[in-house]
Amino acid sequence: MAADLPPDLGDSVVVLTVQGLDELVTRLSALGYEVKGPTRGESAIVPGSVKSSDDLPRGVHDVQSPGSYRIVHNDDDEELFGWAVGPESWKKEYFPSSQVMWRGEVVGDTVVFRQPDRSHTPLAIVGARPCEVVALRILDRVLEEGVHRDARYSDRRDSSFIAVVECASPADTCFCASMQSGPGIDQGFDVALTELNDEHGHRFIARSGSPRGADVLSSVPTRPANELDLEARTLLLETASRAMSRSLPYGEVANLLARNVDHPRWTEVAERCLSCGNCTSVCPTCFCSDVHDTTDVGGAIERRRTWSSCFDLEHSYLHGGSVHESSASRYRQWMTHKLSTWWDQFDSTGCVGCGRCIVWCPVGIDITEEVAAIAARDEVRVGVPSRRGAS
Amino acid sequence: MSDSNVPINRPTLAVWKFASCDGCQLSLLDCEDELLTLAKAIRIAHFTEMTRASTLGPYDISLVEGSITTAEDVERIKVVRANSRYLVTIGACAATGGVQALRNFAAPGEFAAIVYAHPEYLDSLNTSTPISSHVRVDYELQGCPIDRGQLLEVLLAFLAGRRPVIASYSVCQECKARGTVCLLVSRAVPCLGPVTRAGCGALCPSIDRGCFGCFGPSDDANCDALATRLKGLGTTESSVARLFGTFNTAAPGFAEQAQALRVNVAVSDTRRRTPEEPRS
Repeated sequence: MAADLPPDLGDSVVVLTVQGLDELVTRLSALGYEVKGPTRGESAIVPGSVKSSDDLPRGVHDVQSPGSYRIVHNDDDEELFGWAVGPESWKKEYFPSSQVMWRGEVVGDTVVFRQPDRSHTPLAIVGARPCEVVALRILDRVLEEGVHRDARYSDRRDSSFIAVVECASPADTCFCASMQSGPGIDQGFDVALTELNDEHGHRFIARSGSPRGADVLSSVPTRPANELDLEARTLLLETASRAMSRSLPYGEVANLLARNVDHPRWTEVAERCLSCGNCTSVCPTCFCSDVHDTTDVGGAIERRRTWSSCFDLEHSYLHGGSVHESSASRYRQWMTHKLSTWWDQFDSTGCVGCGRCIVWCPVGIDITEEVAAIAARDEVRVGVPSRRGAS
Repeated sequence: MSDSNVPINRPTLAVWKFASCDGCQLSLLDCEDELLTLAKAIRIAHFTEMTRASTLGPYDISLVEGSITTAEDVERIKVVRANSRYLVTIGACAATGGVQALRNFAAPGEFAAIVYAHPEYLDSLNTSTPISSHVRVDYELQGCPIDRGQLLEVLLAFLAGRRPVIASYSVCQECKARGTVCLLVSRAVPCLGPVTRAGCGALCPSIDRGCFGCFGPSDDANCDALATRLKGLGTTESSVARLFGTFNTAAPGFAEQAQALRVNVAVSDTRRRTPEEPRS
């Protein structure tokens, strides 16, 4: 996707150096943004504060497979974005794992309600990946554009600046190409960068995707992109697309799952599934939450919203018990919602192919393998095993 | 209390100890910042860790620490129950039998013979069982020891007449919420987080230690699948069994995994004792 630039963008495509990137970061700070980006944590690439390109994971790469993640460092490598997504998506910045909805206090015979302070420092992300930006667009439809607008989410989303960096180093677990959410991107950002590091130097192709993106880009030193730069980008994205060995049948999977709710695979995967909820925690689009009221001795009341997972028994607890009592039904609920009923609810897929659910599943359950297993026995119907033989 | 704001008819609280280390009771005293405020809302009627002064029951709420390991315990817990409006157990011992439940899976007296010079002085049962095996329990607070925040939450919920906000999902979700990178996935560290109940705030993983399951099994924990995975990552069978066989060794789910160790130990012991086995 987006490997070919729309022709009308040609003139606005510029190139900046690593020093130019530093100036972009400085400019964003000067504009009042809190700049965050990928940083090298102890054992993974994690979101962190970025003051300059020195804070970015220079020379850091990753090896990812189902249930396993390792970072590898190469001192000779100048690349800043030579890695695929780490455990934490940018979801947490807009949809925190725990937040106060309101506070109250018992004063005499009445309860006084207080809105928590919603003021915040606007966030600039330098180095989000295309799949993450597409994931935020999916979350927008859920939390911002639906009937019930989440004001806290909206406030943070609307005020934030996103500089996306196109992906040249997909992990073995990535399948964004098949989900139409990478490795390139052409909307949903303020600035899009593509890192090139070849005989013509270490540099970034830059495009703006919004007026404020254009403003910021015009304030840092750049040169117009030339034919060589654009060809290098095209090649980079094509190579990245081809490098992805995993895929999901984007157009087919919704119906495939919808007609296989009784497939024996659900029970098979449940034998391995831990119901731990790691997949939903790392998913950049999972948005389920729980709301709790707590009290203290002094009469203070607090309503708090926290992340919740469809793998928890509590999640589907209605009067008298949980709807999804078995691990099989919980796994099915998660996967069919993500890939199938999400279309009915939000008119899009709920999966961007980032592969986090595969990598951060402690037992390495692979969503693409599960879909393939269901597709392989698409005509099997529990209780009607001899349908084909009988006809 | 000399404070004139303290209501006279405060609900009463009693704290009882059975077979345990006292660590969970101490969590109540650890609530240093909140204790005086709490004492204005609840009258502590019996708590020997705090004061020798004791008021006769019945009590509105009893916190019960420890497991049942003697014939006397069996009778005493019935008296506690009969004198308590609500009975809340605190800690792994009270909820699942604790580490002392290792004896449940051994020959009678086997552990005592190793530990005590004169085990014949002991007068205890062959099993360590949870409080819920003997009397009706209104709420079980997990942990070894319990989390003082959760203890306060249960008491505050009781005072407000609401349901306590206590999670029953996995420790993993606490790691993810706080941003701790998964030790198991990123470094193959053996960790029981995926099958262990949240509540500690993912304390051990946050300081680079795998979870050792002190809060017991989470809801519908799939311990078989985790044990298989840990072995696949190179953790030996006996290490996996030991991991499951600590503070919640008799908890359903954990017990089956810990049992593997006992069976294997028994087999290797038999082998050692078989004289005709050829030397290899």
